[in-house]
Amino acid sequence: MTQIAGAASAVTPLFRSRFSTHAGNVVRLVIKELRSIRADPVMLFLVIYAFSLAIYMVSSNVPMEARDLTVGVVDEDRSDLSRQIASALRPPLFKQVVSLAPAEVDAAMNSGRIVFVLDFPPQLQMDLLSGRPAAVQLEVDATAMTQAGNGAVYIQSIIAQEVAKFAAGRDLPISAPMQVVMRAKFNPNLESSWFTSVTQVINNITLLTVILTGAALIREREQGTVEHLLVMPLLPIEIMLAKVAANGLVILVAAGLSLVLVVEWWLGVPIAGSLALFLVGTGLYALAVAALGILLGTIASSMGQFGLLAIPVLLLMQLLSGSSTPMESMPVWLQYVVQIVSPTPHFVAFAQGVLYRGADLTIVWPPLLALAALGSVYFTVALARFRNVIFGD
Amino acid sequence: MTAEAAARLDRVSHRYGDTVALDDVSLSLPAGRMVGIIGPDGVGKSTLLALVAGVRRIQQGRVLALDGDMAEARHRGAACARIAYMPQGLGRNLYPTLSVLENIDFHGRLFGQGSAERRARITALLSATGLGAFEDRPAGKLSGGMKQKLSLCCALIHDPDLLILDEPTTGVDPLSRGQFWDLIGSIRARRPGMGVLVATAYMDEASRFEWLVAMDGGTVIASGTPAELLAKTGKPDLEAAFIALLPAEKQSQHQPVVLRPRPPEHGTAPAIEAEHLTRRFGSFTAVDDVSFRIGRGEIFGFLGSNGCGKSTVMKMLTGLLPASAGTARLFGRPVGGTDMETRRNVGYMSQAFSLYNELTVLQNLELHAQLYHLPPQDIPVRIAELLDRYELRPVSHAHPESLPLGIKQRLQLAVAVLHRPAMLILDEPTSGVDPIARDAFWRTLIDLSRNEGVTIFLSTHFMNEAERCDRISLMHAGKVLAVGTPAELVRARGSASLEDCFIDYLAEAAGIDRQAPAETTTNPPPARIAPHRRGFDPRRLWAYARRETMELLRDPIRIAFSLIGPVMLMLAFGYGISFDVENLRFAAFDQDNSPESRHLIDAFTSSRYFSAQPLIHSQGELDQRFRSGSVQIAVEIPPRFGADLQARRVPDVAIWLDGAMPFRAETTRGYVTGLATQYLDQLSRDGRETRSAGASVNVETRFRYNQAFKSVNAMVPGIIMLLLVLIPAVMSAVAVVREKETGSIANFRSTPVTKLEFLVGKQLPYIGIAMISFVLLALISRFIFDVSVKGSLLALVLGTLLYAAATTGFGQLISTFTRTQVAAVFATALLSVIPAVNFSGLLVPVSSLSGGARLIGLGLPPAWYQPVTTGTLAKGLSFLELGPNMLVLTGFALLFLILSQILLRKQEA
Repeated sequence: MTQIAGAASAVTPLFRSRFSTHAGNVVRLVIKELRSIRADPVMLFLVIYAFSLAIYMVSSNVPMEARDLTVGVVDEDRSDLSRQIASALRPPLFKQVVSLAPAEVDAAMNSGRIVFVLDFPPQLQMDLLSGRPAAVQLEVDATAMTQAGNGAVYIQSIIAQEVAKFAAGRDLPISAPMQVVMRAKFNPNLESSWFTSVTQVINNITLLTVILTGAALIREREQGTVEHLLVMPLLPIEIMLAKVAANGLVILVAAGLSLVLVVEWWLGVPIAGSLALFLVGTGLYALAVAALGILLGTIASSMGQFGLLAIPVLLLMQLLSGSSTPMESMPVWLQYVVQIVSPTPHFVAFAQGVLYRGADLTIVWPPLLALAALGSVYFTVALARFRNVIFGD
Repeated sequence: MTAEAAARLDRVSHRYGDTVALDDVSLSLPAGRMVGIIGPDGVGKSTLLALVAGVRRIQQGRVLALDGDMAEARHRGAACARIAYMPQGLGRNLYPTLSVLENIDFHGRLFGQGSAERRARITALLSATGLGAFEDRPAGKLSGGMKQKLSLCCALIHDPDLLILDEPTTGVDPLSRGQFWDLIGSIRARRPGMGVLVATAYMDEASRFEWLVAMDGGTVIASGTPAELLAKTGKPDLEAAFIALLPAEKQSQHQPVVLRPRPPEHGTAPAIEAEHLTRRFGSFTAVDDVSFRIGRGEIFGFLGSNGCGKSTVMKMLTGLLPASAGTARLFGRPVGGTDMETRRNVGYMSQAFSLYNELTVLQNLELHAQLYHLPPQDIPVRIAELLDRYELRPVSHAHPESLPLGIKQRLQLAVAVLHRPAMLILDEPTSGVDPIARDAFWRTLIDLSRNEGVTIFLSTHFMNEAERCDRISLMHAGKVLAVGTPAELVRARGSASLEDCFIDYLAEAAGIDRQAPAETTTNPPPARIAPHRRGFDPRRLWAYARRETMELLRDPIRIAFSLIGPVMLMLAFGYGISFDVENLRFAAFDQDNSPESRHLIDAFTSSRYFSAQPLIHSQGELDQRFRSGSVQIAVEIPPRFGADLQARRVPDVAIWLDGAMPFRAETTRGYVTGLATQYLDQLSRDGRETRSAGASVNVETRFRYNQAFKSVNAMVPGIIMLLLVLIPAVMSAVAVVREKETGSIANFRSTPVTKLEFLVGKQLPYIGIAMISFVLLALISRFIFDVSVKGSLLALVLGTLLYAAATTGFGQLISTFTRTQVAAVFATALLSVIPAVNFSGLLVPVSSLSGGARLIGLGLPPAWYQPVTTGTLAKGLSFLELGPNMLVLTGFALLFLILSQILLRKQEA
């Protein structure tokens, strides 16, 4: 018994010293990586800019909701009703209404100057007053995808409102057997900045983690310092782990600060869920995409090639992640492919759940699990490539 | 040309930021002679040559070359047709993927030579240099010596009057070096009027030159014939003479290297034991069956040209590279990738400086001390010791990049010995270092070997360093030719010097008879045609277009980016960016459960936009399911809904939406509004609602151009617009910046090619690539997304061509102010994508933009091209209707070309 116990106590310190050696190496390399990042003003600027000013500008300046819609009116009725409706199409939702002759409609829409044309036929008001079926035509340029659908609905409801007012004024019967009240959860006024700002943070995490980590590896390859690391008593996994951890850490801190300072405080967007939970998920995700950065860094041999490689890969990951337009709109086969291949849709699902809807761990554990699984696959593949390229070439 | 001077410098100064490269230099270089500029790295040799060649802008002073002022653009234009300039570095003016023949051919075209003239000249040059057998080999696969010969061929293609060579033999083996100078000699014999201006760091080869200029710290310290310099200093060789010419305070740092005998070895395992080491890369054998043993404490030198396999052997010994065959043992232990104990015994110094520039000298030392696990309490002591010993204390807080090469090398050595390894592996540690620093370096090496018994394994190009080694090994083309003490080898070969001995071995290995006279009987090149001065020469433009195309076709990453990239992205955009909102997860919270409430729910579930989910049973469940995203729209029907409806008490129905994605919520709201109206209509028709229909105006909505109202129909034209700005702009920007990075931009600077020819020539291939991608994109949109051309095909094709010209021009414009490829890639991507996505009608119609956003949009080509794609693919517009857009796009193409023409500099700053 005592012998066994003695052996066990002999093994444990050895194991512990090995472990602390490796952990110590990683910590020292992480410090070195952080110093390298600090010494690269361009990258630092890029990270700070992307997580602050860029988010602010995109969220406050490029509204996705319909705004400043261009409307042309062909008024063949020239009645009180037609004028009342036309004057109800007001800024900021609409630009100043343009009056058009019937012959001008095609040219205005072909050139893209006008997206909506409202045609009041002759006798519109007469028909309404006399109880005959009354109709107006609304022509919509359906190539203006972000405006066409919603804009048409707005115009329809404004017409309905104005007709109701008009009818009330003339004591006509109003139909309303039930009252429909619509309420939006999580974003009552459907402000697009609430969505855009958080989406920007999510996208930046992907973009910058890959660029930062890939660039860190390429810099070492270009300067030859990676060779120096490899002749030292270090394991490739320590070198890679340090890169992934250091760059992931920078992104994690930047994303956290960005959410608190830029999104919540500067833009005044409420964060629904737990920031701590979000950061845990982000940490997991950063490991996966940092591994991807390493992978790309082993394929490209110079910064220039890395750029050419990274841009399409990042665009693909982002476009097919469900972060800008919903996942459900993609063909089903593609949804499966993307979810098997890329960690990004899982992170997006997780982040949207936590940040927009206030979901907790009981709800978001499946995407977290998927992240962990895909992250380990990415890490393993990247490590194999890393060993192979640096040693075998 | 007057006989006195090939070039004259008058009070010339040049600085890079705070660094002074040339300090008030006045100098006259004799004409028709072989003039050598000697001195170590960083004394201003390259700057001086570049100023004389006209590739660098003069900052201060006057430079006259070929009887004209090089500050005048007109004289430069005329002179560059008579000057040949070979920049520093192996094959810097070559294109690695082009073959030997294609490289020379390109240079011939740059001088506007016709095909017959080029052929004759190339044949003559290839046979004179012995490169004829390799004419189809890519330049990148040539050995260092062959690269330099090829560079020389390219430089000589136009029979220059003045040949300027910047360190042409650095990193080249002695045999190739000898051949190179023989070649120059034979060319000079044929054209005695030609002046040659050479910079070199090898003092031994400088003794062959007719006139020397010794430089140090940006100033000329002496000039004259080699004999004069030797006589003036009274030294036996030029290296000693050079040291003697240095200012007194530098000389005082110099102490001669004294060799000491090695103490006898103890009978232990040798330090290094290599047996049949072989390393193959694909079909190429870099190291072929190399065996040697190195004793403890020995200084062992490795000699050979660049690319002969020295570095590969060293990497195998350090475990950086696994061997394909054979074994290597260090101190009796096999070298393995994971053997940490061996690594602790080895200090390694790679060929190029490989410490962290972003860390200070002290931080670099600390990092290495920690990673080698020196006991923490010993670290400060050890570092202090090294700082003193290697004289690094004054610079301990400086970043290495700001230090001179000699100090950097000392730092690298300090790092390599920091953990007191028993062996040092040093790959060309003194390359480019000045003689005094080199000697100091050697004194430290000898101390390490003799006092501490450290085994030193190093490679070098310098013969005088090789002579200081205990033993040396001569290597060529992956094989070891001989091993022994320097004296033994010289004796065995009966040579006069170690250099001769080495050349002898190399010649034998290469099968060359050194006694044969240099080839001078080659066909004389055709008579020189009077140099044509043309403002614009389509042949030179074509030379660039042709070469760019060839290079592009041979670069898999760029070709993939430019052709596969757009296809992948088009598919991703087409499938991924959709504003169609469908399959919304709908659930009902029915607290009434009456026929009326079920009827209302049916109205939702029967819609194609909604996919029905199980019923909700409580307010808490409603919240929870929204939070998890399993429900996106819910209808909450109050208790007594049916009864209220019957009794006309106007019940409230609440509809909940997931507002997380506002766009989706807005669209959903639209659907619900439509559904509610329908439901009410139906109510009244079914007679459940007894009151007559109220006053209402029916809005008949017609979606033009996209009747099915499918997102993809609207997006495809925009995606084409976006991809044809992103990819072509990035590609053309990289094309120019790449030349800046690799150094081949020197060909643009030193030949008569004009800025316009250069820009348009490099732009044409990318317009071609853009048109090919356009065809691919059009096919995808037709056959995958079912979006076909409805309007004028001519307008679409012509518009795309003009757009491609404009976007590639935009890329070139960006390339004029970016210096690295990575900056060019990201800057171009950001500057093209942000306006294209936000301000060009992709998401928001330009007509809805105002103020700055509108100006940015209309100030760039995408906003003018989007109407062309939308107009022809969706709206069915005619050519005439798109006429104004064509004009504006043409304007942009011209504007970018003119701006690039203004901003591009023919000379380096």
